[in-house]
Amino acid sequence: MNHELNAIIAIAARDVTKLLRDRMRIVFSFMFPFIFIGILGQSLQANVASSLGFNILLFTFVGVLAQTLFQSTASGLISLVTDRDSDFAQELFVAPISRYTILTGKILGESLVSSLLIISILFLGVIMRIPIDWFRLFLILPAGFIACLLGGAFGVLIMSNLSGTQSAQQVFPFVIFPQFFLAGVFNPITKLPPVLYILSRIAPMTYAVDFLRGLYYLGKPEYSKIVLHSPLFNLFIISILFVLYLVLGTYLLVSREKNR
Amino acid sequence: MANVIEVSRLIKRYKNSPDPSVNNVSFAVGSGEFFSLLGPNGAGKTTTISILTTTLSKTSGLVKIAGLDIDRQSSAVRQKIGIIFQNPSLDPNLTAEENVRFHAALYDLYPYRPFYSLMPTDYKNQVTHLTSIIGLTASDLSKPVKALSGGMKRKLEIVRSLMHQPQILFLDEPTSGLDPLSRKNLWDYLTQIRKSNGTTIFLTTHYLEEAENSDTVCIIKSGKIVALGSPAKIKKTLPAATPLSNPPT
Repeated sequence: MNHELNAIIAIAARDVTKLLRDRMRIVFSFMFPFIFIGILGQSLQANVASSLGFNILLFTFVGVLAQTLFQSTASGLISLVTDRDSDFAQELFVAPISRYTILTGKILGESLVSSLLIISILFLGVIMRIPIDWFRLFLILPAGFIACLLGGAFGVLIMSNLSGTQSAQQVFPFVIFPQFFLAGVFNPITKLPPVLYILSRIAPMTYAVDFLRGLYYLGKPEYSKIVLHSPLFNLFIISILFVLYLVLGTYLLVSREKNR
Repeated sequence: MANVIEVSRLIKRYKNSPDPSVNNVSFAVGSGEFFSLLGPNGAGKTTTISILTTTLSKTSGLVKIAGLDIDRQSSAVRQKIGIIFQNPSLDPNLTAEENVRFHAALYDLYPYRPFYSLMPTDYKNQVTHLTSIIGLTASDLSKPVKALSGGMKRKLEIVRSLMHQPQILFLDEPTSGLDPLSRKNLWDYLTQIRKSNGTTIFLTTHYLEEAENSDTVCIIKSGKIVALGSPAKIKKTLPAATPLSNPPT
């Protein structure tokens, strides 16, 4: 067990080390939350807030926080494919450790990398006078990390089916961007046409976004207008999806590596 | 001498490939033996070594490493082997030393620490010892891998593979990209660890000269064994037209 833990730490630390040396990735990871919250959120607040009956800037802020953490971790798992392209995957796959250890390490590493984004987004929130008290901060920080883990497991599942970095970069936006709207990052999804309702409930990002919103709006009057499910229900679904994606993704990845 | 590698009727056919890359191959390697799998490019050497090191599944046949079945006990097999791959398998974004430290953690040789200065003294001594043998300096170790030349990357891979003192060392064309002196130093060191630790060496090469010091040479061509025996025996029976080469000087 200690052996596997040591390997998980090393694999995760590798991702963090790489991030700290990649200045462009750090800069760009701050750009999208700024655009979504600072520009889109403010614009929605000025135009549609009165008809919705709640503060859309707050709504967007928490949605973008969850979406950024989920998406950043999921897209970070592209490194699984780049490792394969650069032959570094051989070093990982020939090591005397479980395949689950390798992928758990990758998910943890990318989750830690994405978690650093929480600081920048919360800083942006402070600038924009988003009200977050210590109690909500205490709830949102671990919930954000859980959203990262779900994004990482989802990334493993997607990457396990892709053959190279180029296909990953082409396919990944198609599985992520529709979830922005299906998960209700910027738009309320309490009422949806049947087809979109089903797609919305299939999209894993929905549970990450709703989980963070459920904790942020806990005890607030807008809770029933905004939150779809209780945080406990979301946590239950996230746990099931995490295990499902990790097991299925690992199986597919190993099969693809070995059964050529 | 007990066998540490047993291969029986091994066949590997890649998906969408009409012909097998490895076709009904059988051989055995004794403990502490130096075994060379010799053949031209595309003969099936890398495919064979990939199956033996558990990174590629076989189509059929039986393979045992150190008495362990490669399908059912693959993790235990990987603990006993070390590999130098044909293509560099280093992380170009890490420094040379970070690559070695990462390997040491994967094999649970030392607890992982985020900085070299925090690693145990034994680790530092081992890295210094191995790098001095192969011809890397302390300054080379602190460089990012992407800043190293092809030969230096090769040396680094050799250092990394020797860190966990494997029972069986698989070398997939290990000296490509190395200068003559580094090649000589590598073979001197491998001879030394063979003698002191009883390490079994499984080499794939298309350099006839490198296979001459082997205990057993197996020549493979188009996935089939065409000759198997001692170098002296092989030399007598080797057809002059067999497309093997000598290393560049």
